[in-house]
Amino acid sequence: MTTIINVPHSLEDKSFELVLDQVAPLPLDEKIIVDTRHARWASPYGLTALLALAQSRAERPILYVPEAENVSSYWSRMDFFKHAAELYELQGRVRSTKAAETSVLLEVTSISKSDDVHNVVDKIQQKAQDALVKNLNLDAKITMRFTMALSEVCQNIIEHAGRGGWVAVQTYTWRVRLGGRKVVVIAVADPGIGFRQSLESAPGFQKKERWDDGQALEETVMRGASRFRDPGRGQGLAGVRRFVGNWDGKLSIRSGTARIAVLPKGDWDEDEPLVEDLSYFPGAQVQITIPERVA
Amino acid sequence: MINHIDVSSMLRKSVCELYSNLVTRPTGAAVRCEIEQELDRIGDRALTVIDFSHVGLLDFSCADEIVAKLLLQYVSLDAPRREVYFLFRGISESHTEAIEAVLERHKLALVTQHADGASRLIGIVGLEERRAWEIISHLGAGVSADVADVIGLSRDAAERMLDTLWRRRLLIRYDNAYVAVGSATGASAPTSLDT
Repeated sequence: MTTIINVPHSLEDKSFELVLDQVAPLPLDEKIIVDTRHARWASPYGLTALLALAQSRAERPILYVPEAENVSSYWSRMDFFKHAAELYELQGRVRSTKAAETSVLLEVTSISKSDDVHNVVDKIQQKAQDALVKNLNLDAKITMRFTMALSEVCQNIIEHAGRGGWVAVQTYTWRVRLGGRKVVVIAVADPGIGFRQSLESAPGFQKKERWDDGQALEETVMRGASRFRDPGRGQGLAGVRRFVGNWDGKLSIRSGTARIAVLPKGDWDEDEPLVEDLSYFPGAQVQITIPERVA
Repeated sequence: MINHIDVSSMLRKSVCELYSNLVTRPTGAAVRCEIEQELDRIGDRALTVIDFSHVGLLDFSCADEIVAKLLLQYVSLDAPRREVYFLFRGISESHTEAIEAVLERHKLALVTQHADGASRLIGIVGLEERRAWEIISHLGAGVSADVADVIGLSRDAAERMLDTLWRRRLLIRYDNAYVAVGSATGASAPTSLDT
């Protein structure tokens, strides 16, 4: 049996839940067709999560590529199809383009080893300086902090996921919120063991009375818990939290059936701090959003 | 002796010739091992400058592996590995953020030296201990009486405080006096620890 999974026109963190609602009930070995033909836009989160979705399936899925030329071209410029071709059976016309995408700070990039993080950091530094300072009017101090945050969230894949994942970084104008302000977004997705299972693998771990994905996210993100006994562990996400707090940004992490968010001080986002009982998706999907500074 | 370790060189030597950023735990661990090998080559009593001047980015994981784990081996109230003192140079504002986070986590402290030669204590140090360190640093070298009089402590309490700062390798014990790490590289302070 083959099931068609309809991908919404606009594919970002919230709308990706509609994809997961369709996939989660299916057996892992059931063939799926991920239909992106009518997609009009995808955020870095949407693209990295689509790759993680394919990794999570036992049976190689089919991907119907977007029909709109500009969408297909853009996904090509993001290097999405380069990676998707290894995970999906692609059907439809993939438009390639040689034009550079100025809004893309980092194309969809595979992360599976320490060297990948070095390469990502080396690659993004100059672009980040230009994008954050010139285009988003942020203080020059942000560049190093931004790259530190990127490094830490990429390392989470290597340290905890148990398998490779993806990262992408882009600036774009957020039309729905922020009154058209620009944002820079880091998206990291992996289909690994997720936060709960990672904590459960800690030596001497004992489940609390209430223990689920939401609890695991709270322990890790808000209280710095780690599966390692080393007290130096767990600082990376704490640093990322401080970073988003200092720049009125938002950190959102989804793992298993829950999503936790460190919300901005400003009122540009109305997300809930913790959302539970979502459709199950393995691994972890992280999104960091930093808005443009306005006078 | 005063030794100089260029962290960027350690990175290129131990991990990759092309890297200039200190990111990821394995990288930090490899660089720390290289620094430890350098330290093994020097004497049992030494002041070592750890120079970050040519390091681009330092993330939290690397700061934990390089700075915190290095200090934990050589700075201990009980039985430090050897009498090695560290002075950190070339620390940028973003390096400081990562380093201060790991110092706080492990309740450690260290001395940084700025381009103008001024030294600063960062990390977890009590207010009176910090004051004592600053007094000794200002004087170049001092004894417990110098600290006791200014802070208003008994000589014994001041001596215990200086002893604690020495065990944390923030002060160098030199003859019967103390020298603040950082001022020991100045012209007025002793340049050799081999007494």
